[in-house]
Amino acid sequence: MNIVSTVKNSILYVLLKGELDEHSASYTHETLDKLFTNDKIKQVILDLSQLDFMDSTGIGVFFGRYKKLAGRGIPLFVANPSTQADKILKMSGIYQIVKKISTGGKYERVR
Amino acid sequence: MKECANVFEITFEAKSINEGFARVCVAAFCVQLNPSVDEISDIKTAVSEAVTNCVVHAYPKKEGLIKLRCEIEGNKVTIEVCDFGVGISDIKKAREPFYTTKPTEERSGMGFAVMEGFMDSLEVESNGQSGTKVVMSKVIGSLEKMSVGG
Ligand SMILES: Nc1ncnc2c1ncn2[C@@H]1O[C@H](COP(=O)(O)OP(=O)(O)OP(=O)(O)O)[C@@H](O)[C@H]1O
Ligand SMILES: [Mg+2]
Repeated sequence: MNIVSTVKNSILYVLLKGELDEHSASYTHETLDKLFTNDKIKQVILDLSQLDFMDSTGIGVFFGRYKKLAGRGIPLFVANPSTQADKILKMSGIYQIVKKISTGGKYERVR
Repeated sequence: MKECANVFEITFEAKSINEGFARVCVAAFCVQLNPSVDEISDIKTAVSEAVTNCVVHAYPKKEGLIKLRCEIEGNKVTIEVCDFGVGISDIKKAREPFYTTKPTEERSGMGFAVMEGFMDSLEVESNGQSGTKVVMSKVIGSLEKMSVGG
């Protein structure tokens, strides 16, 4: 897992590159929590366009981050999931609390 | 004409680093069935769930092994994932979506639901003390066939 991020207009954009499974979960979880310590952020967007694989471990990671941010009133979004990731996210019902958005390639610059 | 079955079987350690290895092995083996990208994703995800469960739940106190067997017969792939760990005492409960015995570790309890949703069939066997065996199967190209046939 390779994690790239940037903050712009109080929005934290995080690009997750690679595979999210049990093996990469703790690194992902810890890296995200470190990025969240920035007290300027008002919104977090996880860009999944370069996430090549994820399983149910990813649901646990996203749900845990949602709870952490919700305590500070910061909404979490996921953007551009693959068909495979989208299927799992849908199945888990997480879209009810972590909305799916499309960044329409805007993220390109952030890399 | 009925084709002969083709089988591979490997045993590896129950370590999370082997999850990627296991799903890539099965995916590579399944290429002979000419699967679609979505079918391969489904199979990789289901294998990952089964192997992850062995890594996370089967061996709480010691190291252990995972046996992965994959069989192709006609256009159907059957995948067996076995461990020799603690087993599951209430399988019906374990298979329920959102049921997890490790909620504090940020688990969603969706593993079995994902296997069931991504494959055509799922069987879980365990006597609750000496290991767990997950058998799942999927027919490849079933959508194409349906449209050609009718
Ligand atoms: N191989 C196994 N050995 C022992 N117990 C298992 C095994 N596989 C599953 N279980 C039990 O079944 C429960 C449900 O498994 P499932 O994969 O659905 O959810 P999970 O692994 O807890 O969470 P998630 O897969 O979403 O991270 C587990 O919490 C565990 O108690
Ligand atoms: Mg699981």
